[in-house]
Amino acid sequence: MFLRAALLVLRKDFAIERKSLEILVTTLFFAVSCVLVFSFGLVKEGKAPTDAAAAILWIAVAFAGTLALGRTFERERYGDTIRALLMAPVPRPALYVGKLLGVVLLLFATEAILVPLIAILFAAPLLARPLLFLAVLVSGSVGFAAVGTLFAAMLMRTRSRDVLLPILLYPITIPVIICGVRGTAALMASPADEAMAAVWLSILIALDVVFVTIALWTFETLMVD
Amino acid sequence: MSFDFDSVQLIDVSRHFGRRRALSHVSLSARAGDIVGLLGPNGAGKSTLIGILSTLASPSSGEVRYGDRGRAASGALRQRIGLLAHELFLYPELSARQNLTFFAEIHGLRADEVVAPALERAGLTDRADDAVSGFSRGMRQRLALERALLHEPRLVLLDEPFTGLDDRAVGIVSDRLRALAARGAIVIAATHDLDLAEGLMSRIAIVRGGRLLADEAAGAGLRGRYRAAMGSTWSA
Repeated sequence: MFLRAALLVLRKDFAIERKSLEILVTTLFFAVSCVLVFSFGLVKEGKAPTDAAAAILWIAVAFAGTLALGRTFERERYGDTIRALLMAPVPRPALYVGKLLGVVLLLFATEAILVPLIAILFAAPLLARPLLFLAVLVSGSVGFAAVGTLFAAMLMRTRSRDVLLPILLYPITIPVIICGVRGTAALMASPADEAMAAVWLSILIALDVVFVTIALWTFETLMVD
Repeated sequence: MSFDFDSVQLIDVSRHFGRRRALSHVSLSARAGDIVGLLGPNGAGKSTLIGILSTLASPSSGEVRYGDRGRAASGALRQRIGLLAHELFLYPELSARQNLTFFAEIHGLRADEVVAPALERAGLTDRADDAVSGFSRGMRQRLALERALLHEPRLVLLDEPFTGLDDRAVGIVSDRLRALAARGAIVIAATHDLDLAEGLMSRIAIVRGGRLLADEAAGAGLRGRYRAAMGSTWSA
């Protein structure tokens, strides 16, 4: 019941996105623009400052993710469909999980474009340790999206939600971004510091568990009333 | 777990938003077969009352009972409640069929059994695959009503269900509500339209300033009774 409801919400969001392509296109456009601006500013004679690629990857993910989070819940606000979802006879945290999966998949789609782009523009060996890098990227994205999805849902009926979302989101997700940057930088080092990357990855996984647990625990209370 | 009830009862329910009192000590009950009209001006507390009955809002004090049970029945209780609010709870990017299919499935229903009849009742069979964003307000309203009734709820809560409907559509929706009540549903509808209330409702509850001013049988002379109830609070 729980997983089925989450997948139904995900499928519905996917069907809407397939028709409009609104979130995917704006998120990708924003993320790619962000990377291009940084590359023009930082890359001199084909060389970028050490670890710049790691920082720029996660800045682009965070900024583009914030944009996607806002738009994802704007759809539920228009027509007040969130109330219809909350009236469904399914566990309400399943609605959160469905929205979270949608945001995570959007982030993955964005990262699929960002990673090769940054690797080329910054001559960064992002894929030197592909499995560990993928694990850092996935766990960082889940942590960011877990907090972001909860806050975006919570702020949906707030008039100044566009301003409040980043104000609330970034302070809480800074540990995720830092772990993501340091973990990615450790993997880009020459030679790659896999042990250090594994430490950052384990912190990221711990943060994911904490954030998702808190979100599942509080979602219903925050959304009803 | 299945759950059903044949009455709903608000017992001394109050609801505050900060210092603002939206509902004050309201007691009201309805039984299967009733069509109760919630009448009152804007800001009277009708939507708050519907929100509380729908479980989307909690009372600050007082109790809501569905049959012999309180609000704790959660998912099983929501399965028996249908809500149509002023906003229509439809995704404009999706087609009428996709909207109904999604809501049917999330209610645990087989979409292939319930969607086509619902589209037919809404008079939208030939527009089933068109995006809802291209529909008129009346078409959306009819679709939204069928969305709210897909799971054959026991308690049907409607907030201004006749907004944007032409006379023919009003007649169709009214007949639909009568049929639901005849089959044992409890229909509670907030409306400003006194003429409609007089012809459709079996009971009316007049609300103003969060207080229940009258709870009586509907019928002739409703406009006069409504004015009298409103007048009594103006002069109070």
